[in-house]
Amino acid sequence: MELYELGIRQTQDGLAKGEFSSEDVVKSVVARYRERNGEVGAYLTFDEEGALALARENPKAVPVAVKDLINVRGQPCTCGSKILRGYVSPYDATVIRNMKAHGFIPCGRVNMDEFAMGSSTENSALGVTRNPYDLSRVPGGSSGGSAAAVGGNMCIAALGTDTGGSIRQPASFCNCVGVKPSYGRVSRYGVTAFASSLDQVGPMTKSVEDAAILLQALAGHDEMDGTTPTDPVPDYAKEIEGASLKGVRIGIPKEYFDVKGLDPEVKRITDEAVAKCSAAGAELVEVSLPHTEYAMAVYYIIAPAEASANLARFDGVRYGHRSAESRDVYSLYAKSRAEGFGPEVKRRIIMGTYVLSSGYYDAYYGRAQKVRTLIKRDFDEAFGKVDALLTPCAPTPAFRIGELQDPLTMYLNDLFTIPSSLAGVCAAAVPAGFTRPAGLPVGVQFICGGFEETKLLKVCRAFEEVSK
Amino acid sequence: MKIDVGYVAELARLELSDEEKSVFQPQLENIVGYVEKISEVDVSGVEPMMHGRTLVNVFREDVERPSMDRAEALANAPAKVGDEFLLPKIVEGAES
Repeated sequence: MELYELGIRQTQDGLAKGEFSSEDVVKSVVARYRERNGEVGAYLTFDEEGALALARENPKAVPVAVKDLINVRGQPCTCGSKILRGYVSPYDATVIRNMKAHGFIPCGRVNMDEFAMGSSTENSALGVTRNPYDLSRVPGGSSGGSAAAVGGNMCIAALGTDTGGSIRQPASFCNCVGVKPSYGRVSRYGVTAFASSLDQVGPMTKSVEDAAILLQALAGHDEMDGTTPTDPVPDYAKEIEGASLKGVRIGIPKEYFDVKGLDPEVKRITDEAVAKCSAAGAELVEVSLPHTEYAMAVYYIIAPAEASANLARFDGVRYGHRSAESRDVYSLYAKSRAEGFGPEVKRRIIMGTYVLSSGYYDAYYGRAQKVRTLIKRDFDEAFGKVDALLTPCAPTPAFRIGELQDPLTMYLNDLFTIPSSLAGVCAAAVPAGFTRPAGLPVGVQFICGGFEETKLLKVCRAFEEVSK
Repeated sequence: MKIDVGYVAELARLELSDEEKSVFQPQLENIVGYVEKISEVDVSGVEPMMHGRTLVNVFREDVERPSMDRAEALANAPAKVGDEFLLPKIVEGAES
């Protein structure tokens, strides 16, 4: 077995036993990157010398690929956008500092939809990423580079971010585990903001155990992020040892299954996952989350609104692209932004500006925030009856590059992941099978309540065991 | 619902070409048409949800601390002079 094929746990074990060094692991990842990145395009940049130097300084550390919107000092941080081409981070995000403190090192920058807006990585302005299971298809998005790198064995593990499904959907498309922590569980300091009430950084890995180990390294209170409570971080890896589905109450929300556009193979694989849980001793409970049908509408008001505010900082003043035609302050802003942003980003900024503008705020953003409360209540009530929810992760397996042209159709990819994002609860994608005959990966989604990552990871670990 | 895409783009300080306006107009009207679904929901008496975990008044002591080194803060500047970011002159009456 090549070192790049290992997961976090195996790498840590090998490093601890002195079987190989961190530098050996990085060399193996670099070789694999050189061999495969030409066709997969998972990585945008790979500072090979920097990674090797970091590995030599930290001989027992595990290298992790980083989605290109998480600041690592001295590295690019393009956010998949032309507007930040050439930008070099002057500081480390808290998740990077936390990672380093726990024996991980950043290694390579992976591709993403521009400013995390998208579900296929096709919105990246800087490169194409292909699904390692079928190069004519998308890896999902926005953490498509992360998913392709993990699924294609081009890294040991990766960091992604999830706002409406951007870890979970690509994880499902590329056969990885992907966890969206509860809102506030992981610090957002140093992570380029898309929608500040939704964004979370999370692990994308080859196994549930790896996700537990990496999440533990990332999570925790941060005084630089006022939305992180002081709740302690459990020893997730230890907690999931011996995890079992026996007696676990698994809620099956009917609104996630009776859906037009649910691919029959996704339905088959998800139904089989439900059956496996039952066979393993879980108690299945039918539940209802009645406001599910409004979640997408709520999200596509709130997320663009918050994005329009967050992206105002890209104005050509302190960093990023400045138009050569900037004559006065107005043209400085308007032309720099016009030249630097891609179409989906522009669409969402306009959408967000519109719903926040005078005369429209109450009808759209104000009302959406109230419907959001009702969506959260649905989850709170469900978790009064069950331990976890089990749902499909994405309505289809990976689609072909270029297949989805209409923005609204693309948005429907996040149908199953958006509600839990709005509610601020934790959720994960776990591999569940492959389509017939195409052999495309399909994951399922488990959802647990806010700050119940231990429960979530246990359920995922137990499911992983029975779905092998 | 007719959206004045050009006007909204101005608010967002985003210059759009005529072609972009004509492409975005129907796309955005389609999206806005979709999200209007939320008007069906009875939200009487419901408080808005601001974010996932309600923490309030997360303050620190008002004590000065070291901040980012100035040279580092200027390192990505498109244009600088001395210790400062350099911008086009703000001319009175030039704003459109």
